[in-house]
Amino acid sequence: MKPHRMLLEARALSVSFGENRALAGLDLALEPGRFTVLIGPNGAGKTTLLRSLAGLIAPGAGAVTLDGMPLARMRLSERARAIAYLPQGGSIAWPLPVATVVALGRLPHGERPDALSLAGRDAVADALRSVGLQDFAQRPATALSGGERARVLLARALATQAPVLLVDEPVAALDPRHQLVVLNLLKAQARAGATVVAIMHDLTLAARFADDIVLLRQGKIDAYGSPGSVMTAPRLAAIFGIVTRILQEAEGIVIVAESALPEA
Amino acid sequence: MSLARSPLIPGLIALIGALSLASLVVGPAPITVPMALKALVSDQGAASIVVREIRLPRTLLALMIGWVFGLSGAGLQGLLRNPLADTAVFGAPQAAAFGAVLVIYSGLIGTLSWALPFAAIAGALLSVTLVVAVAGRSATIVVLVLAGLAVGSLAGAGTSLAISLSPNPFAVTEIVFWLLGSFEDRSMIHVFLAVPFILLATILLLAAAPGLRALALGEDTARSLGIHVPRLKVLIVAGAAIGTGASVAVAGSIGFVGLVAPHLVRSFVGYDPARTLVPAGLAGAALLIGADIAVRLIPSQGEVKVGVLTALLGVPFFLWVIARRKAELVETPA
Repeated sequence: MKPHRMLLEARALSVSFGENRALAGLDLALEPGRFTVLIGPNGAGKTTLLRSLAGLIAPGAGAVTLDGMPLARMRLSERARAIAYLPQGGSIAWPLPVATVVALGRLPHGERPDALSLAGRDAVADALRSVGLQDFAQRPATALSGGERARVLLARALATQAPVLLVDEPVAALDPRHQLVVLNLLKAQARAGATVVAIMHDLTLAARFADDIVLLRQGKIDAYGSPGSVMTAPRLAAIFGIVTRILQEAEGIVIVAESALPEA
Repeated sequence: MSLARSPLIPGLIALIGALSLASLVVGPAPITVPMALKALVSDQGAASIVVREIRLPRTLLALMIGWVFGLSGAGLQGLLRNPLADTAVFGAPQAAAFGAVLVIYSGLIGTLSWALPFAAIAGALLSVTLVVAVAGRSATIVVLVLAGLAVGSLAGAGTSLAISLSPNPFAVTEIVFWLLGSFEDRSMIHVFLAVPFILLATILLLAAAPGLRALALGEDTARSLGIHVPRLKVLIVAGAAIGTGASVAVAGSIGFVGLVAPHLVRSFVGYDPARTLVPAGLAGAALLIGADIAVRLIPSQGEVKVGVLTALLGVPFFLWVIARRKAELVETPA
């Protein structure tokens, strides 16, 4: 099924947790059909931004809009069909079968895991196949390895077939092969028309797979654009405190992190 | 395995039917099964009085209270994603008893007043809300259990204090009534007093079912799937508190049925927290009516309180669950 295209925007978005200002008047337009990667040091506000974009945090000021409609004014089920969100390091509380966990992604369509529609069953099967877990459908999800569980949860987000897909560190727990599988999958979702946003810490993988990079620093966007334009050695040194060598290859840039700078 | 085709629910209903019948038959006055049935529907003199006025009320109370305890336990375990959650673990029965004792000993009302369930519900609501609030989004099982222990101990001490300070010379007997629940000597009035609240609690808890399923993947995921999590919490906390409060108001404090019941049925429903609810309620009803029959059969001077029996069986079960999941207790957020 081809997701229809939706533009996700943050306008003058500010979020505070008590005294602590996590996002400070941030503007961002995320185009459909593009795979955008959020990078930034710990505490830069990446997860807060992603949760705000998912409508899970009420903005202190400003708004997040989907095709111009503020998320706060959408019905919960409508928002859930439009935006699929995968939190970081998600847990599964009960030994539910893998297929049931993935089928929870159909809840926004009003489908219960034990009463899926034909389209729902296809979506679940497709999602399982795309993360390479089609043979795991009846296994208890809690008995899987960390990486397998992460893929099950990603399949759950995919099963919603939402036009917007927001994923927090989707490859952090994965082995190298599955990192590539998942990143290719996210890119394919974008190519099919979805608005895909992921948080990543691996700058090399981010540079290689992202269409656009959003570099966050202290709750503000420091740079937004193609990997080549955002990820320059002086900027990475200033923000991450690392010395990098940036190689120009035919497919794009390759970032080699060489050393950590002393604490400023 | 779909629920409709699963033999679990029909099996539990058959078990409850058999136990209910046994509950009408078992007791000091020897009555046979055919006689008990006949006495229930037509006037058979003394037998009818025994069956209708003594054994029927306690049977109905055990059924209703067991049902709502099982349902509450399954709801709270689903809400907190934690197999150790239960109103009894959260000190709710003690708090409900404290609420009831407060209004009785302040001399405001008698023991068969409508105000009694409300006071007990207020106590239960306070304790469950407190524990769920302390647990928050990411408390460990340890925090949850400790908070419940503290609330329960406080309420238990409050009850003892209220009774000690009261001018009533029968205070000690009353402490036993409130601290250890029983279905002995209950009438149909007790049944009618509890029914509306148990019905309301049932509606609230069952309304939470779809959300519980999504909550298995955590609060953020559930919210992203369109579940109104605060509303879900209110439904379950209110349902559990109303059910527990009403039960304690008519039967005193009975614990651990809600802890045990969901564990008995969970594997039959694929560990789905939504599909656990109804079977857990039925299992709770079967457990409590079974326990109430058992206390009548245990040879002793006067009846053993059913609350004692459920605690004797429930606490070792509680410890067994802890032992099995020891590793998670250290770090798993509730």
